[in-house]
Order: sequence, then C-alpha cells, then structure tokens
Amino acid sequence: MSDTLYDVPGPRAKARNRVLGIITILVVAAILAFIIYRFAESGQFSAAKWQIFTFPLVWQNVGIATLATLGAFALAGLLSLVLGLILSVGRMSEHKWVSIPVTLFIELFRAIPVLILMMIMYYGLPPLGVDFVTPFVAVVTGLTLYNGSVLAEVFRSGVESLPTGQKEAAYAIGLRKSGVMALILYPQAIRAMMPVIISQLVVVLKDTALGFIVTFHELLYLAKFYGSQFTYDAPIIPTTLVFGTIYIILCLILSGVAKWVEVRSRRGPGSAISAEVARTRIVAADGSAA
Amino acid sequence: MDTLLNNLDLFVGGFKTTLFLFVVSAFFALIIGSVVGAMRVSPVPVMRAVGTVYVNLIRNTPLTLLMFFFAFGYPKLDLGNVSYPTLAIFGLSIYTATYVAEVVRSGFNTVPKGQAEAARAIGLPFSQTMSLVIMPQAFRAVIPPMMSVFIALLKNTTIAAGFSVAEAGAIRANLSERGEPALVVLLWVALFFVILVALLSLLQRYLENRWRVLR
Repeated sequence: MSDTLYDVPGPRAKARNRVLGIITILVVAAILAFIIYRFAESGQFSAAKWQIFTFPLVWQNVGIATLATLGAFALAGLLSLVLGLILSVGRMSEHKWVSIPVTLFIELFRAIPVLILMMIMYYGLPPLGVDFVTPFVAVVTGLTLYNGSVLAEVFRSGVESLPTGQKEAAYAIGLRKSGVMALILYPQAIRAMMPVIISQLVVVLKDTALGFIVTFHELLYLAKFYGSQFTYDAPIIPTTLVFGTIYIILCLILSGVAKWVEVRSRRGPGSAISAEVARTRIVAADGSAA
Repeated sequence: MDTLLNNLDLFVGGFKTTLFLFVVSAFFALIIGSVVGAMRVSPVPVMRAVGTVYVNLIRNTPLTLLMFFFAFGYPKLDLGNVSYPTLAIFGLSIYTATYVAEVVRSGFNTVPKGQAEAARAIGLPFSQTMSLVIMPQAFRAVIPPMMSVFIALLKNTTIAAGFSVAEAGAIRANLSERGEPALVVLLWVALFFVILVALLSLLQRYLENRWRVLR
C-alpha cells in the first residue's frame, strides 16, 4: 500500500490530518448539498416527476430493457472471449503468414472507436444489401471485434509472462504444440489474467450503453423515452437517476466478482505470475472505451 | 476518394471538434485525476475514502450515461446556458479523470518502498522526498499507461456525436443528408482514427524510450 510514502504521523501530523479531513468533508458536503439544492430548486423531487415510476408496466419495461442490455452483454462477452482466444493463438503463431495478418487485425480493431464500428454495421452495411443488421447485431459485432482484439492481447501477455521453463518442459515430455498450448500454457495464463479478463468484461457491459446511439432498445434508450414524456413533466433527471443506478449496480456486481477472483487467486497456490504484475496489466488494458 | 474530397469541409470541421474535445478534456482530466490520485495516496483517511468512492462510482458508470446526464439533464437544472460541446467536455473530463487517478496512484505504488524510506533516512523532509525521489521515478512509470488513457479518451470523444456535438462521429449523419454512401464515409472516419491512434502510439513509444526507468 501507499503508506510507505510518509512516516507514521506524530502528534502534529495527526492534528494536521484531522484538519485536512474535516476540510475534505466540508468540501464534499458542500458539493453534494449544492447538487441536491439545485435538484430541489428546479423541482426534480416533485411528485409529478416521479409519478411515472409508480406504474407496474413501466417497471416491466425496465425489466425488459435490462434483459436486452444483459443479453447483448452476455453474447458479446462470450463471442469476445472466443474471438480473443482464436486471435491470441494466431498472434503467437510461428508462421509469419498467420501472425502478421492477425496482428494487423488486432491493431486495427483496437484503434477504431467502438461506436464507429457499430455505425459501420448499422448504417454502413444495409445499403449494400445486407439485411440482417438489427441494432442488436450491430452492438454485439462492434463490441466483439473491439473487445476480442483487446482480450487477444491480454491472453498473449498472460502466456508470454509465464516462465519459459513451462513451455520447454511441456515439449520435453513429448507434447505437441497444440498440447503445450491447450494443456500447459493457456490454463495458467487464463488463471493469472482472470482479474484483467473480468474487468474487460465490465468494459463490455458498460459499452452496451453505446447501443443507445445506434437506436438499440436498451436501458438508456428507455430512459430517454420515459424522460421525455411530457404528460409526466418530462422527468429526464429522475429517469437518469433510476436507470443510472441500475447500470452502476450491474457494473459494480461484475467489478466485485473481479476483485473477489483477484483476492482468491492471490490466496491460492502460487501461480506463475504475481498478482502485482496482473494488477499493472489491469491499468494497461483498462484504458479502454466507455 | 470523391466522398472525402467533395466534403472536405465537414471532415476537417468534424475532426477539428474531435481534437478540440480531446485536448480540453485531457487537460481537465489530468488536473482532476492528479488531485484525486494524490487524495488516494494521502495520509488522511477521509481523503482516501472520497477518492476511492469517486473512482469506483464513475468507473462503473458508462460514459454514455454520463454524457446523457449532462446533455439532457443538466439544462433542466437552470444553471445557465452551456453549449453541447462544453457539456461533452464535462462528461469526458469527469470520466477520464478516474482513469488518470488510477494511473497516478499505481505510479506512486511502483516506486519501491525502500526509496521513500532511504530518502527519509538521510533526513529529507516530505516535500523533498516527493519532489526529488518519488515523483521523478513515478513520472517515468506513469507515461505509458497515461498515454493509453489518452488514446482511449480520443476514441471516446466519438460518443459526443450521439449528443448533438458536430464532431467526427457525427460526420456520417451530416453527410447522409448530402446523399453520400454511409459506409464509405464511416470507413474514412475509421481510417483517420487509426492514423490518429497510430500517431499517439508512436508518441507513447518515443516518450517511453526517452524516460525509460533504469533500475
């Protein structure tokens, strides 16, 4: 932890820290109070704005939208994992004619914004006579291409950070290349990279919200729809608060799983990569999209 | 090629706005992120708690949702007229700041424990321990992941297209009114992003080599 940066506080430092702590509390309280005051002042807490959430049908639609979000997430997550595995194998291939195109593919799809990928699918392809592109398909393909490429790099760095002795020993006991990969290297790499893989899945879940822009009927789309109902005084802020809470809860659950896995794997029998290495990777791989 | 040349005005305008959003948001994200990152390694428990809550909350919020709040919710709060690009900058800065904070924090944590202890042992006060010993080392470790954060920010600016900001992601919507094929337009946009990201990656590699940690 970071407490190595400073000495154990003495009496003066303790007093100073207490003052700083009180100032922090005051500043945060002031900011929160201002936000709540603004909300109250502009009538965001009026009964009329929240009335829309008293109808069972509204909640039923919220449930359906949540399922749409989760469905896109589940399919895109699964496909990204599969694509990531395939791409990482290709990326590490010893044949140049395999590894070079795969590397280009990975670099290309990591560089294009996910939203642009979705737009290419949704707006770009139908005029060419491709007729199966629904918003759902566009969202899932966009997410899969991007996150699959990112996960490929995650898998690869997992395999490459294993001690070379693992690979040599596997060859020495007579395994073929496929056996070395499938039985020795990948199980260890996946285990070591589990926290990073799950935090990439959190990115997939967050990025399903991009579907809003390509008219995918998920949570945000519904939020916009209910938020602009003038019969209920256009409750855009209440709906944002409600739908935002749903999103944050879903993501926090998944992040919680990631943290739990990380703690558990640190406790388990020694893996080839230290948790600290995996943690730095999280920061490196996590600098990804929404 | 014709699609690009005939509509150069829109392409140039769109990418100018994209770069504007990128630079301004990066600036504010750096400031907010450094403050929050410093709070997360500070000796004051309350500051650490505030920093942790902020980072965990915003990191688990989709950027689209933040932009949604600023673009549609903020005008309802009667806080004065703010243009859509400015609102997008709010969203992008607040979101990216959490990533910057994490990079800053992990930068401090990469400096071995012994460094700070040794600095204190030879009698340096806190300010000099930080400015002469910790910061120079943390700075080097921070550069590559910080550039990754900025690359992600550049790509994230496209989301503003969904919220009435005329930037690169919105070029398609404008050009479909001029009757241009959407696919061609989008492929050009994608190509320019690939080039921009490649430039940033080159910069990243250059800086990384220049300030390589020699241990």
